[in-house]
Amino acid sequence: MSAQSSPSPFPSIARRKIAEALFKVLGLCSLAIGVGTLVLLFGALLFEGITRIDWQFVMSFPSRHAAQAGILPAWVGSTLIMLVTAVVGVPLGVAAAIYLEEYARRTWITELIEVTVTNLAGVPSIIYGLLALGLFVYILGLGESILVAGLTLALLILPVVIVTTREAIRAIPLEIREAAYALGATKWQTVADHVLPYSAAGILTGIILALSRAIGETAPIVTIGALTFIAFLPPAPLTTQPPYISFDWLLSPFTVMPIQMFGWVSRPGEDFAGNAAAAGVLLVGMTLTMNGVAIYLRYRMRKQVTW
Amino acid sequence: MDLIESPRAQDWPKPLKAETRGLSFSYGSRLALKNLSIPVAEYQITALIGPSGCGKSTFLRCFNRMHDLYAGNRYEGEILLYPDSRNILASEVDPIEVRMRLAMVFQKPNPFPKSIYENVAYGLRVRGTTERQVLDEKVEQALRSAALWEEVKDRLLARATSLSGGQQQRLCIARALATDPEMLLLDEPTSALDPIATASIEELLLDLKRGVTILIVTHNMQQAARVSDWTAFMYLGELVEFGLTKHLFTTPSKKQTEDYITGRFG
Repeated sequence: MSAQSSPSPFPSIARRKIAEALFKVLGLCSLAIGVGTLVLLFGALLFEGITRIDWQFVMSFPSRHAAQAGILPAWVGSTLIMLVTAVVGVPLGVAAAIYLEEYARRTWITELIEVTVTNLAGVPSIIYGLLALGLFVYILGLGESILVAGLTLALLILPVVIVTTREAIRAIPLEIREAAYALGATKWQTVADHVLPYSAAGILTGIILALSRAIGETAPIVTIGALTFIAFLPPAPLTTQPPYISFDWLLSPFTVMPIQMFGWVSRPGEDFAGNAAAAGVLLVGMTLTMNGVAIYLRYRMRKQVTW
Repeated sequence: MDLIESPRAQDWPKPLKAETRGLSFSYGSRLALKNLSIPVAEYQITALIGPSGCGKSTFLRCFNRMHDLYAGNRYEGEILLYPDSRNILASEVDPIEVRMRLAMVFQKPNPFPKSIYENVAYGLRVRGTTERQVLDEKVEQALRSAALWEEVKDRLLARATSLSGGQQQRLCIARALATDPEMLLLDEPTSALDPIATASIEELLLDLKRGVTILIVTHNMQQAARVSDWTAFMYLGELVEFGLTKHLFTTPSKKQTEDYITGRFG
């Protein structure tokens, strides 16, 4: 008897494990479909565009000849707009989140604001474009400029920054706040000395994810009137004459990476398709770099704050 | 029976550091403390005991207006702080003022995720002290008072969270002492610690009472018996009995107290 293997006294185990095996297969398939599609897409883009990526492509203005065309104004435009977006959107979003989380009393008004902010994160981006066209371009008369594009994208990322910042702040244990208050700290001292530094990694992740969403936005930028063909750079921010710094670039016309790409895709001819693919690869590269920076900074900050 | 019920004259401490008079407290509509009048003797240890949910922590947190942090809480009555007889519950008294006078140590060690040094110095920094020399001095003094100096003097810049649980709690005590508080409020400070760390904290409290008045909440009756001079037994938000610890634990005047300290309920 002892040497013989006897049937399990729990025959239901085998039966219950069927469901487990089924789910494993199902889950693996889901994963394969999701990741596989992405890999395939990016692979195709890379295959088509990689031969066009060189220094000349990065440092040239667009041209009627595909082989001479480049993305210089596009990546400069994208970078400058991201700068404006970050400078405007991040402080506003973080400050609003801190206010909502730490200062605002729970009333129906704050509840309403919370729901609205969350819903704003889901509003289609072209709506922001229309709003910006009306407000910034027509009413405020700021023109079809880098400033307007940056402000528009700042509005776009605001809800995302607010939501992620609030989540990061909420993750700070109550005991830490109470410890600070118990030592006689004011609310602002508690926020500035503890809440913000300890949640910085989470806030930063949210910011970078929001920015990397913004960098690929096309619809609102088209709406406010970005150009698709632009053969000059915005004025340099640093000048040789006092005061050595200039903000003229803010009001300069611009184009951005996704629009440049779209402009080439809509042209007939194999050559421009190659340009578009190459621009696409570089745009993905820019986004991945931003995410990489976010991951690195988060890692650094997590190491500094250990619970 | 008369003899037991009659108040014992020696069972009222003197001089007082603080005293609650008719203190009631409610969370929203739930009355958590009912009309408590409890004295706190200067430079002595007063323990609050009682079963879970009896309101002892709630009572303690009234002393540094911790409840003000959350909406819907209401105090009634007074907490008088001596020698200036200031009612620290009065609406014109800023909770920050109260927290600058009375320091608190919490149930779970809650050091900031900063260095050991910065943890102890934080109370001083909040008050605007920036002089390195003053900070260094105060930090060392506080760490010595909390019997932690010898263990950490070579690694003041190390993370506070790298310390053991018992060390973290002594660090929190040092952090509380650094600003020379008039009273030290401790909310079950050893409930998250092992017996050895608990013993060292208890020993520390006996040392500390020479310089600071201590009010301690504990769920551990032996602890109250070991460290405190005075004990208040609370039940369901009410004060059942207050007296010298040695009397309360040997000859309690109330049946309920006797049942609790002999382990018949709680």
